[in-house]
Amino acid sequence: MSQRSIPPLPVEPPQTPPGNSLGSTKLIEESFDSELARRHRYGMIFEWVCWLATWGSVVILGVLIATMAWQAMGWLTPKFLVSMPRRNPADAGILPGIVGTFWLILLTAVLSVPLGVGAAIYLEEYSKPTLLTKFIQLNIANLAGVPSIVYGILGFTAFVRMFGLAKSEYLINLGIGSLQLTLPFGRTVISGALTLALLSLPVVIIASQEALRSVPPSLRHASLALGATKWQTIWHQVLPSALPGMMTGVILAMSRAIGETAPLVAIGAATYITFTPGRLNSVSEAFTRPDKLAQVPFDSFTTIPMQIYGWINEAKPEFQHVAAAAILVLLVILLISNGLAIFIRQHFQKKVRW
Amino acid sequence: MSVVEQKSASTGSVIDRTNLEASGLAYRFTWQRLRESLIQMLLFLCALLSVLTTLAIIFVLVSEAIFGIPPEKAFFQEISLSQFFLETRWAPQYSPPVFGIWPLICGTFLITIIAAIIGLPTGLLAAVYLAEYASPRVRSIAKPILELLAGVPTVVYGYFGLRIVTPYLIRPVLKPAEFFGVDWLWSIPVDGFNALSGGIVVGLMIIPTVCSLSEDVLRAVPRTLREAGYALGSTKFDVCVRVVIPSALSGIIAAFLLAISRAVGETMAVTIAAGQKPTLTLNPLSQIETMTAYVVNVMSGDTPVGTIEYKSLYAVALVLFLTTLTMNLISQLVLARYREVYQ
Repeated sequence: MSQRSIPPLPVEPPQTPPGNSLGSTKLIEESFDSELARRHRYGMIFEWVCWLATWGSVVILGVLIATMAWQAMGWLTPKFLVSMPRRNPADAGILPGIVGTFWLILLTAVLSVPLGVGAAIYLEEYSKPTLLTKFIQLNIANLAGVPSIVYGILGFTAFVRMFGLAKSEYLINLGIGSLQLTLPFGRTVISGALTLALLSLPVVIIASQEALRSVPPSLRHASLALGATKWQTIWHQVLPSALPGMMTGVILAMSRAIGETAPLVAIGAATYITFTPGRLNSVSEAFTRPDKLAQVPFDSFTTIPMQIYGWINEAKPEFQHVAAAAILVLLVILLISNGLAIFIRQHFQKKVRW
Repeated sequence: MSVVEQKSASTGSVIDRTNLEASGLAYRFTWQRLRESLIQMLLFLCALLSVLTTLAIIFVLVSEAIFGIPPEKAFFQEISLSQFFLETRWAPQYSPPVFGIWPLICGTFLITIIAAIIGLPTGLLAAVYLAEYASPRVRSIAKPILELLAGVPTVVYGYFGLRIVTPYLIRPVLKPAEFFGVDWLWSIPVDGFNALSGGIVVGLMIIPTVCSLSEDVLRAVPRTLREAGYALGSTKFDVCVRVVIPSALSGIIAAFLLAISRAVGETMAVTIAAGQKPTLTLNPLSQIETMTAYVVNVMSGDTPVGTIEYKSLYAVALVLFLTTLTMNLISQLVLARYREVYQ
């Protein structure tokens, strides 16, 4: 660190006064004062510009929400939340989007959280700094930067079409009621969830690694010294301490997944659909009709962002307001989940002192 | 605690094997040890999944774009590389179709440049404010809000670009004659879909990325460098601009690269706001199509699997993947080096 060259500093070396007379010293002092004032003025302007950049960005968020509310005014009604999309803008609703988003994110979380946390535990607790570990680490960092549309193409080829290996669609009766599985998965919830799981995996891994790293080594040493095995130490000591950090990371990753549109467009999720996945007609049916519930992953679906995209592309100008209303719903959901994540982090940061 | 567990705990299974052998304690099989090694293997497989994902992406793109699986022909086995890189039109609907990538690259480039002009300086200045000027209290308020800005879905930015930025920001400035209804003002033609609105919203979108990454590297600059600056009589401005920023420069460049690669890969906002018409132009006021928008365009339509138009999207995606991968790799390597320098 000390080897780094330090850039030249702005202060001119004090020039030796040419004469020893009182007048010239005064002159130098005056010019130094005006120079200092000028530098302070630049400093003020710079600080002001930096301040503006920060709070300007904050204002943009406010403007974004305010304009959406303005566009959606009069369109966001309770009926909008519980009705199906219709050709008539006034009757359109986002029920299938809300239900579809719920199932999709639930499945995505079930798939990506255990895998992501597992990978993070391996990388932080078990792996030695070999070339392979370094490669995996670099690979994860790069995956986090791959455009989401590329994941969409992967999902379409690998899950929706299954590389075109099956020449026709196979309907497999699973023998439980009328439960059916199609063999290239097609444009179903499970294809979407697998795609989004791959997409959010690197984010979950990186966040969990950071949470694990913040657990002090002394905790592990104490547990090991008391005779616990490595896994007992991780399961009973490290994971509970890292939990708040992991939860923050997981919630942020899932709220990113909620807003994802490009990969779902790529796998061909519907924009206009008049039923919910599994044809569940009410919340209580999820508990009373296990056959319908089991069909959920293998049914067509839409999500709130997909419905927004569909409405933006509609020709009728009224649909733009419908889209704005749906955007407002989406933003509220995301504000709540992001707010929750930030709250968990702030709360536990204050509480836990190692 | 089971008997097995007690035993292993008393022999101290956490001591590694070389130590055990050295101390004369031979390796003994216990269910506990088996469980431990099974868990480790399982966790290793989880970590390996990420490598598998990368390989799958490369396999999918290469098998449809470069080397087809035998009965099928890949894109570049039907369309020559020279047409792809020398032709200046992208027209899959012509017969015979013409595939010259330049209009799509040009569209992506336009969006990226506009986004960089808006997003990079703003993000960096905000980072300087948060790292150098803001009090801890202000930072604890501003940072979460900037994170919320990063959490806004791209489809929302697209709507914002198309329905708010173009009609209420770009039109009043460039076409005041029409907007205010007075004919002595100027009027510059603007398309309803234009690269400028797409670039502006992508620029807003990358501000949080630039800001949080740059703030991290600015805060990693050791305190001693700042104090040395003050000791030599520098003002806060001098320390910021001539000590802290130059010392963090490599990290800042890495953050910029990462943000630019996000702008290149940005999909929904540019599809919605900048349009879907491949044009070889550098005029930010006309409708364009980026590489990502082309992929969305083909995939949301009903192009039959196996046609040349369908395969072309894998070729475009391959170019996109390689571009962002290169930028990410450079940025990761720079960031890793930077961390070493200051630790």
